[in-house]
Amino acid sequence: MPEGKELYMLQLRRMMLIRRFDETVQTMVQSAELVGMAHVYIGEEAVAVGACTALRDDDYITGNHRSHGHPISKGGDVRRAMAELLGKATGYCKGKGGSMHLADFDIGILGESGIVASALPVAVGAALGSKMQNNDRVVVSFFGDGASNQGACHEAMNLASIWKLPVIFLCENNQYAVTTSFKDTVAVENVSDRAVAYNMPGILVDGQDVMAMYEATVQAVQRARAGQGPTLLEARTYRFEDHSEGLNRILREPYRTEEEVARWKERDPIKLHSAWLIEQEVATQEEIEAVRIDVRQAIEDALEFARQSPYPDPEDLFTDLYADPLPAR
Amino acid sequence: MTEMTYSDALNLAIKEEMRRDDKVFLMGESIRGGIYGVTGGLSQEFDDRVIDTPLSEAGFMGAAVGAAAVGMRPIVTSLASFAYVAMDQLISQAAKMRYMFGGQVSLPIVYRWGMIYGNNVAAHHADRPYPLFMGIPGLKIAIPASTADARGLLKTAIRDNDPVMFFEDNNLAGWRGEVPDDDVCVPFGQASVIREGTDVTVVSIAGSVRPTITVAEEMEADGVSVEVIDPRTIVPLDTKTILDSVEKTGRLVIVDPAHQSCSVASEISSIVAQEGFWSLQAPIQRVTSLDVHFPFSPALEHLVYPNEDKIADAINSALE
Repeated sequence: MPEGKELYMLQLRRMMLIRRFDETVQTMVQSAELVGMAHVYIGEEAVAVGACTALRDDDYITGNHRSHGHPISKGGDVRRAMAELLGKATGYCKGKGGSMHLADFDIGILGESGIVASALPVAVGAALGSKMQNNDRVVVSFFGDGASNQGACHEAMNLASIWKLPVIFLCENNQYAVTTSFKDTVAVENVSDRAVAYNMPGILVDGQDVMAMYEATVQAVQRARAGQGPTLLEARTYRFEDHSEGLNRILREPYRTEEEVARWKERDPIKLHSAWLIEQEVATQEEIEAVRIDVRQAIEDALEFARQSPYPDPEDLFTDLYADPLPAR
Repeated sequence: MTEMTYSDALNLAIKEEMRRDDKVFLMGESIRGGIYGVTGGLSQEFDDRVIDTPLSEAGFMGAAVGAAAVGMRPIVTSLASFAYVAMDQLISQAAKMRYMFGGQVSLPIVYRWGMIYGNNVAAHHADRPYPLFMGIPGLKIAIPASTADARGLLKTAIRDNDPVMFFEDNNLAGWRGEVPDDDVCVPFGQASVIREGTDVTVVSIAGSVRPTITVAEEMEADGVSVEVIDPRTIVPLDTKTILDSVEKTGRLVIVDPAHQSCSVASEISSIVAQEGFWSLQAPIQRVTSLDVHFPFSPALEHLVYPNEDKIADAINSALE
């Protein structure tokens, strides 16, 4: 587990990787190079990066449709991620998953689910599997404020609590389910208040502050590994962009004010972390710039790799449907 | 061979597989006591591998996916009608996960679904949704109709590395039959020819198999030779055995306790109409549950299901 400067610079690098990855995605959607849906994580980077840098490589995560930030935070390969977005055979899912369904089971990324809250019971099951196999692994399940209203969320939290499973329920409260404010849909002031009903700690965290996210997750992980059960973390954060790329062409009326967006953009997690690094004399402006340049190159390489990669063959259409395939008819 | 009931054969299969592989565990509602008559007593030997869950179908049926993804082999026990409560987990997660993630994960899960009917339980407990799951790629579907197949197919299901929907006909629970003494697994995708015959092929599923055999025996006395085939698994479906039989007899009746529209009977009809058309000497007959909900009243309920009279009528129609 990295610590000190190594940790802080890793957090900076991963946040920048996500930012650059998703800025590139936006350009690719505009130029129609990228087909299908794309949900960018810009503005929310500190949440997943803070959480995942508190995990071991063999710990697990599950996620949702806003799916690029979670795997990159967990150490996923941006080349294979980008190739997946372009539907290429070298992608994480051989082109069968696309933007909303990145996964890397080798490093505990158990996959991003396009149905909100659908991965919460799966995360609970992975934690049950950990407990039954006595392997000390914890699970972080990322979900949004919208997903917190799903029945599956309630069932998953209750199960995890009664069985004292090593799960961290991490609500990324970016405050809007597409265009609907969580204030209009969540009956309590904070999603974390709901933890009371499941007899687990519920902690509200500044989701723009990567160190705050890291520290809150470290506490929750300690509790989980000690067999004391799950924790509900609510990261209060903000989606700087639209729910999905291109949505602004469809929406007929604004759902949030320009002032509100501007106010949150002042709390850009990368800027905040960079300022903190300089203020604490952990890194110089030059070192930070060097990371930025390195990240730009990494994403350019990823894009080049994805573009040069072959598409899957038509004969791959049915492969991977079954582990033990059906007999040919 | 040992004689035992269908329920005891299922219990035996679970016990044998749990002894063989410590990754196998059971989850469900009130299964330690054994509300469905199969799993009771297993907790005495396997203790924490037999887990009573809250009434949270989406929760624990989805948890089975996560547990399987990290190396366990869950067996989930429930009623077929309760599958609807957890449909997102069964379809969006269990069925799709492996393919969607490019084969990175295998999900060895058995979902055991009890099917109750003919017992005045009304519409909320009487479903048999197996045809619905035929339309969901990524799942395998087994429906044992004999005691030996109950054990043999369940053992195969537990050892299989994909999610298996295992439908158990509760009307067969107390049916006694012979079970082999050795470790016999019944392979998926191999139909059982229960009775050979030359005049008409009757493909029959689940609880319909017994009345089909009775009718076939009665008709034999009248000089009609009925071939009875139980597909045993509908995904994969052994179409070759069915098509070969139709080639021999030229006539086909399908008996399926599911509702008629888009039933297994409909799917088999369509396959035979397309691939065995020139063997057919008469229209294909389907005997299924009628397309109506299961009413409570004893005066109405029995009208819905296939029965011996309906099967006999359909065979006679096919022979006209």
